[in-house]
Parts: sequence; structure tokens; C-alpha cells
Amino acid sequence: MTDIQVMLITGTRKGIGRFLADYYVSKGYIVIGCSRGSVEYQHDNYHHFCLDVCDEKKVKQMFAEIRKTTGRLDVLINNAGIASMNHALLTPLKTVSNILNTNVLGTFLFCREAAKLMQKNKFGRIVNFATVATPLKLEGEAIYAASKAAILSLTEILSKELANLGITVNSVGPTPVKTDLIRSVPREKIDRLLSMQSIQRFGTFEDIANVINFFIKKESDFITGQNIYLGGV
Amino acid sequence: MFDKILKLVIAQAEELNEQLDNKIPVESGVDAHLFGGDAGILDSITLVTLIVEVEQSIEDEIGASIILADEKAMSQKNSPFATIGALTDYIVKLLDEESND
Repeated sequence: MTDIQVMLITGTRKGIGRFLADYYVSKGYIVIGCSRGSVEYQHDNYHHFCLDVCDEKKVKQMFAEIRKTTGRLDVLINNAGIASMNHALLTPLKTVSNILNTNVLGTFLFCREAAKLMQKNKFGRIVNFATVATPLKLEGEAIYAASKAAILSLTEILSKELANLGITVNSVGPTPVKTDLIRSVPREKIDRLLSMQSIQRFGTFEDIANVINFFIKKESDFITGQNIYLGGV
Repeated sequence: MFDKILKLVIAQAEELNEQLDNKIPVESGVDAHLFGGDAGILDSITLVTLIVEVEQSIEDEIGASIILADEKAMSQKNSPFATIGALTDYIVKLLDEESND
């Protein structure tokens, strides 16, 4: 078993996930990342798996490989997520299904498999991704916000189920960050959204990493089942 | 196959015993009580730990991915988690079913 802490981050091909992969490699972690496509970057301590986060068979194979190669998993960052902005009356069921599969099923699947590995060492930190779209009740984001509301419930209940195994489960709720996820959202809509925050600016990757750092530090073993929204929402 | 699975289950029970005050009497072999009834040794959380470890061990040693605690297991008239023997029988049955699929 390696002595270095091992972190698994989902959705590392671009955006927040890619930033987090670089960031935690630079902080000394062995980082395992995954996404549907391959990545264009390399690090000695970064290992990538190409898979869909809701493909149970492939996800289980990946965890089996992590178990065999590193023998441990300390941190899981469930970053992978998709959004689709549309009026409810114009949203195809296929879109609903895709969002729920990636955001809810994928997060659950990774929590389940990660906890199996983490419980061996009686230590684990899981950080899920919520969104300010849920408390702000944003029109056009019914399914995305609902999928992330499910993440809040999942986080709260898993925190209870996994507490005896030494695993904490928390979530971070980012504001809009300049990534592909919001590329198609009209500027006026983004401005209106930002005006609903106490601190009216875009979030940054560093803002998210800051919350994650708090949740995953060793001293945070009494912090579980919590969500932190950025920007004062 | 039964003997091979029995060995895996006992090995995992022995490993779990290192964390338990009230230990699984692995020396009783197939008759060793695990969960449920007056003689049950494990509480729900330690049963979950044992199931996870046994599932992973089956995956590593046999190369088969099985789910031990699903609705089917819970609805059995005789619990597959009552004793080491019952658990071993249940795993062998699942592996047979899987190879016949």
C-alpha cells in the first residue's frame, strides 16, 4: 500500500475537475481522474480512466484496479456533472434521464464504491457537488437543480451511514464559475443570478478548492453531512 | 467450489475479528454464527463490513462480481447471513447462477 494519500476526482477532462487534478497533484496527492474522453495533460502522479460515471461495470473495474495498485483511497471528489438549461415544457425526457444519471446515479455509485475502499483504513473524505441553482430556484434549471437537491439528501444520509466507518461526506455548492457548463447561458441571466448572491462575482476554481481543502483536512473529522454554498447564497 | 469459498469467508471473518470485541467463532467453521437471532455476533455495520470484504475477495480471487445483500438475499426464508455456512452456500449459489447466465 502506498504511503501517499490517494484522491479520486470525477470529470477531470476540463473545467473545475481539471483544475482540481492539477492542484492536488501539486499538493502531493496521487490523483486518479476519470472522464468519458481522454485528457490532454500528464503528471507522474496522475492516472486517468476513460469511463462514464454511471457505467457500473466500468466504474467497479476502475475501483478494483485502484484497490490492487494503491490499496487505499483517502478522498473522493464527485465533480462530474452535466446541466441543461431549458424551460420545463421544452425539456425532452432523454435530457432529464441523462442529467439524473450523471449527477445522481454517478455520484451515488462513486460514493458506494469509494466507501468500500475507504472503510478498510477507517478513513475517508467524500466531497460532492451541489449548486446554488437549488436554493435560488432558478427558472430553466428545474432538472439540474432537482438533481443537485438529490445530492444534498444523499450527502446528509450517507454522512450518517458512513460515520462509523471513519468517512465524512460533505458537499460544496458553487456559484457560476466561468466554465463550459454556463457557456450557453445568456449574460443577462448570469448577471441576474450573480445579483442574488451576497458577494456578486463569479466563483473561481480556487474558491471551490478552498472549501474542499477544509472538508478533507485531517482535523475536519467532526464535520460531516454539511453543505457550503459559495458567494453567500 | 464450496471449500474454496469457505476459506475466503473464514479469512475475511478472521480479518474482521481483529476489530471486534465479540469475535466470530471461526473455529466452529460452517456453524459459526454471524448475524441475527440470539446467537448473532455482528451488528448491522460490522455485517456490512464483512459483506463488502467478502464481495471484494470473491472479485479478486474468483474474478466474479456479485452482490450479496440485495432484495433477494433479504427476502430468503433462511437468512444467508446467519452463519458462515449459510453465507458460503449462498455465495456458491450466486456464482452457479452467474455462470449459467
